[in-house]
Amino acid sequence: MTAKAMLCRCEDVTLDEVMEALDAGHHDIESVKRYTGFGTGWCQGKQCVLACARLLAQVTGRAPEMPITPRPPLHPVPLGVLASLGGDEEG
Amino acid sequence: MPRVVVIGAGILGLATAYNLAKRGVKDVLVVDRAYLCGGASGRNGGGVRAQFSSETNIRLMRESIEICRDFATEMKINVWFRQGGYLFLTRTAARARDLEENVALQNRCGLPTRMLDPSELHRIVPELSSEGVRAASFNPGDGVVFPWPFIWGYARAAKDLGVTVRPFTEVVGFETRGGRVTGVRLRPTRLSPLDATDEVLPAGDPYTEACDDVVLCAGAWSPKIAALLGLALPNKPHRHEICSTEPLKPWLGPLVADLTDGLYFSQSMRGEIVGGVAVEPVPEGVNQQSSRRFLTTYARALVRAIPTMAGVRVLRQWAGCYDLTPDGSPIVGRVAEPSNLTLACGFMGHGFMMAPVMGRLLAEHVVTGQTSPLFARWGLDRFARGELEHENMIIG
Ligand SMILES: Cc1cc2nc3c(=O)[nH]c(=O)nc-3n(C[C@H](O)[C@H](O)[C@H](O)COP(=O)(O)OP(=O)(O)OC[C@H]3O[C@@H](n4cnc5c(N)ncnc54)[C@H](O)[C@@H]3O)c2cc1C
Repeated sequence: MTAKAMLCRCEDVTLDEVMEALDAGHHDIESVKRYTGFGTGWCQGKQCVLACARLLAQVTGRAPEMPITPRPPLHPVPLGVLASLGGDEEG
Repeated sequence: MPRVVVIGAGILGLATAYNLAKRGVKDVLVVDRAYLCGGASGRNGGGVRAQFSSETNIRLMRESIEICRDFATEMKINVWFRQGGYLFLTRTAARARDLEENVALQNRCGLPTRMLDPSELHRIVPELSSEGVRAASFNPGDGVVFPWPFIWGYARAAKDLGVTVRPFTEVVGFETRGGRVTGVRLRPTRLSPLDATDEVLPAGDPYTEACDDVVLCAGAWSPKIAALLGLALPNKPHRHEICSTEPLKPWLGPLVADLTDGLYFSQSMRGEIVGGVAVEPVPEGVNQQSSRRFLTTYARALVRAIPTMAGVRVLRQWAGCYDLTPDGSPIVGRVAEPSNLTLACGFMGHGFMMAPVMGRLLAEHVVTGQTSPLFARWGLDRFARGELEHENMIIG
């Protein structure tokens, strides 16, 4: 892979940007997510989380970490659909 | 050589540390129990406004907006600052009167805020339904930022000036002597499912860092940490949820906030519509979990306000905590005992925007030991004196 390889296509995060985050000392996946913005775009990490987790494991020599905290909804839902739902209970 | 330990690497802690270093304090240690951006500072809407009801807030926020404008140049990082204004609206007569009074005060403080008539409202946000709207105000200088790079900007600039920022380090206790804190007990932690449990996992033995001054910037967690020193704080965590949609072409100028139901939304420079709504009741204590009730309540409120949003999809929702005080104003400054403890908490739902200016003032307060009128007005002992400073422009 070249340094300009796209790791997160939704948010335009390249391999060298993730490497820069690791070099800056961010050695956990939640920090790398917030430093580079990977995983926060349209696909919500389907494409990039695994690649970043693997890179992190390679660089730190530690076992891969838990995935980033998943953010609901599971897939994009239109506001009009949500507005028509009940769901007044907590949860 | 005086050493300052700052507890909490949110925006307040980092802004204070950066300004301490800028004032020549060489030995500054900032600790945080988790990763940076893990607290409210990494979970907020990035709204920056000077439309408030108290003169103190209005004047401070004017200055903060000035700092935001220069932030990218000073910190060499893009914070996506966009001044599209804040458009406040209300559907009740009582709040309409408040809004008019607040605008008059803001004008006396030199802000160009104005009340909008229906045609102007329509011109600024044509998609907005004006049904039931009793009054609206607009300040073109308000705006939004992207919070994450703001945090990294302060962290890097602070480090460049010699500050040590130590994440994954939890404060678990204090050592005190003669009415002063002499040491902070710290314990290493590791990555943990924070949002689900609000607990961090230990990753090593506790140790002590000696200190000459301590600044408590732990936001919603501050009362818990102050309790370790036997100090009772009146602020309380209150969960606040937020969500973001798929990116859209730029169409929405201002951040729109409805004081009636707590709905607010804005368009980030990345194109997403980011917003939230008031939902009551919330679980006790610090809770950072998302609820479906929030999402459906928000969707109903937003689609009512902007019917064309019905087809737009929500990508992600998350939660953080407001740090609520009884009068809506922060709690800042030195306390009587321990005499070397400075508080910087209780920033409600608008602490992000306050941090650029408060970081400067707090650093000055810690270094000089001088109490300006601000610190007297917003000090902890105002609650004992019963001299509260009420703020009514609170969103959500
Ligand atoms: C959903 C939401 C939307 C918001 N919208 C806006 C907005 O549009 N504009 C605005 O200005 N403000 C907004 N706010 C408020 C704003 O986010 C906060 O006021 C601000 O971030 C507070 O910063 P802080 O540094 O005081 O706290 P935090 O960022 O919460 O930092 C406190 C830090 O202390 C750490 N900590 C806790 N316990 C310990 C311990 N024992 N040892 C060590 N460290 C510890 C935490 O990990 C945390 O990082 C919003 C808040 C929320 C939740």
